[in-house]
Amino acid sequence: MKRLAAFIGFFLLFLLANRFLPEIIDPYYLHLFTLSCINVILAVSLNLINGTTGQFSLGHAGFMAVGGYTSASLTFYLGPKIIATLDFLPAILAKNFVFLFALLGGGLSAAFLGLLVGIPSLRLRGDYLAIVTLGMGEIVRVLILNVEAIGGARGFSDIPAYTNLFWIISLTALTIAAVASLTASSHGRAFLSVREDEIAAEAMGVNTTYYKVIAFVIGAFFAGMAGCLFGHYLQLLHPNSFTFLKSFEIIIMIIVGGLGSIFGAVVAAVILTLLPEALRYLGPVKDWRMVIYSLALIILMITRPQGLFGNWTPDFRRWWPFRKPQPVA
Amino acid sequence: MRKWIIFGLALSLSAGCAKRDDVIKIGEYGSLTGTTATFGVSTKNGIDMATEEINAAGGLLGKKIQVIVEDDRGLADEAASAVKKLVTQDKVVAVLGEVASSRSLAGAPICQENKIPMVTPSSTNPEVTKKGDYIFRICFIDPFQGEAMAKFAFENLKVKKAAILKDSKNDYSVGLAQYFAETFKGLGGQIVAEESYFEGDQDFKAQLTSIKGKKPEAIFIPGYYTEVGLIARQARELGLNIPLLGGDGWDSPKLTEIATLKKPGDALKDCYFSNHYAADDPNPVIQDFIKKYKAKYEEVPDAMAVLGYDAAHILYDAIKRAGSPEGAKIRDELAKTANFPGVAGQTTIDSARNARKPLVVLKIGEGGAYEYMATVNP
Repeated sequence: MKRLAAFIGFFLLFLLANRFLPEIIDPYYLHLFTLSCINVILAVSLNLINGTTGQFSLGHAGFMAVGGYTSASLTFYLGPKIIATLDFLPAILAKNFVFLFALLGGGLSAAFLGLLVGIPSLRLRGDYLAIVTLGMGEIVRVLILNVEAIGGARGFSDIPAYTNLFWIISLTALTIAAVASLTASSHGRAFLSVREDEIAAEAMGVNTTYYKVIAFVIGAFFAGMAGCLFGHYLQLLHPNSFTFLKSFEIIIMIIVGGLGSIFGAVVAAVILTLLPEALRYLGPVKDWRMVIYSLALIILMITRPQGLFGNWTPDFRRWWPFRKPQPVA
Repeated sequence: MRKWIIFGLALSLSAGCAKRDDVIKIGEYGSLTGTTATFGVSTKNGIDMATEEINAAGGLLGKKIQVIVEDDRGLADEAASAVKKLVTQDKVVAVLGEVASSRSLAGAPICQENKIPMVTPSSTNPEVTKKGDYIFRICFIDPFQGEAMAKFAFENLKVKKAAILKDSKNDYSVGLAQYFAETFKGLGGQIVAEESYFEGDQDFKAQLTSIKGKKPEAIFIPGYYTEVGLIARQARELGLNIPLLGGDGWDSPKLTEIATLKKPGDALKDCYFSNHYAADDPNPVIQDFIKKYKAKYEEVPDAMAVLGYDAAHILYDAIKRAGSPEGAKIRDELAKTANFPGVAGQTTIDSARNARKPLVVLKIGEGGAYEYMATVNP
């Protein structure tokens, strides 16, 4: 009951934010907020694979691309038809219904690809997954380049601008909440055991392949949704946005934040999105923007190789209003 | 110590944000770093030159022009960030950029939404200017280049059977190939082979052998100079001595350097490509520009520099005619641009906000020198 109340409360809060924030906050900052949130979703979901479960995936940009392109095809080709059949609903509801449909389609298609790639490759240990996912990302990109219906090498433009603050905030919150509660559950313990020692985990009866595939598929699902938000925000998807460099960018985020720390992934994703933009204001040394950015990363890795937060996550439950009172020791 | 660093940062931030009303702010976004960095840098050189000329002559509307440049690292999302910053933070009156169509497509909706005119110097994808009535382009588009070369091949070179070798990963190359094929077939010609390669490939003998078997009279290769140079060399080694045709992606001093068998550029001798301007055109506007550019940057201007220079001048001219730095007025004047004497030909903006301007066909002659062949009018 309390959960339902909290859910409705958040829903209304996000709706209000969607309605009133754009009027108070400068559009440039809203833009940076949106990009930060998309990167947070990507980093938190990759953290589940690379951080918590300890598998080295290099394919997050590929999942993002699959999710983005699938959802964009859904809204671009099927969207108008769905809206036409839903004409008894107010236009704004119909539009958001289509977008929800696209989000799920994008997420599920990425998850399905994750399953396809994950089942054979996650049976192996070590660096094989990195190689397979790197290859997968490139295959996805080359496939997109050769399909004319989704723009091919010209990029997919004219995607409807469905991404708004409501979707951005709710999906970011959903991703963090889902990954956090998953990590805290018994499944999460299994993920951790796979990371710490696969042989020991298997000896204790943990089906390691099963848990690796689960983590991989869930991570891919959220990456697909991030791709959907990204495409419907920029109104453009271009294969060049999904090279392996994009995968590395996300990996850098979770390493800077501290592998395994959800809080770290969130903070690092925000910092690394804002840093290059903040450096635009440096005046005379502006041309050295990307050098300063890279230097900052190097210095950070030398001084804190475990990342900003290690695998520490603050106990936010302490501030959760609906918590049962803990017995005082 | 740390306090001082923070203080210094805050100071530089506030200095950067200081309002200056005695200048007209123009935004520019481009790939100053990344894989297409030379495009961004050349364009910036051209724009800087045009700006200095106007400022030296007293500026615009009694004020100096200040161009605020933002780098987008060649990424679409960074381009969107850069344009958003220029439009909402710096409050520029107009935006110049981008070279690549994919980045222009990311920036255009933002300019359109904020009613800030955007002029792209060299994005050739037809989609770009369809984004709205504030988006202009001052170069010709892919269809025109493909059509012009098809006509040139059919009418001037009397070619009846042509082959196409395109970079299937590159939108520019795919677009040119498509329009070339359509026009060429429409004229009564025949496309006997269509092969493709990827940017970065080194060996093209398989495709060239297959093309050779079909006995075409010319090959259309709408790619970039690195691959074109290698293709030309390997074609000659295979004994395929027919003219090669191409687009403005050929234009680079590196082209003839790569396409060298015995003498510089001999692999591309008697080949033809379309371009924005001819450096040997005696037109004083062009010669004057080349002289000034060489004096300033110590290199021969490429097409990006020329188009950046023209884009800036066309925009400044429109602002001058508008008499005010208001977006809507600048837009109206940009739309009225007619027969503007740019370095890359007389430019007229049509009702679809694209430029109608001639292109030139260049022939590669002895020693890799470009010779002016023909002007094709739209």
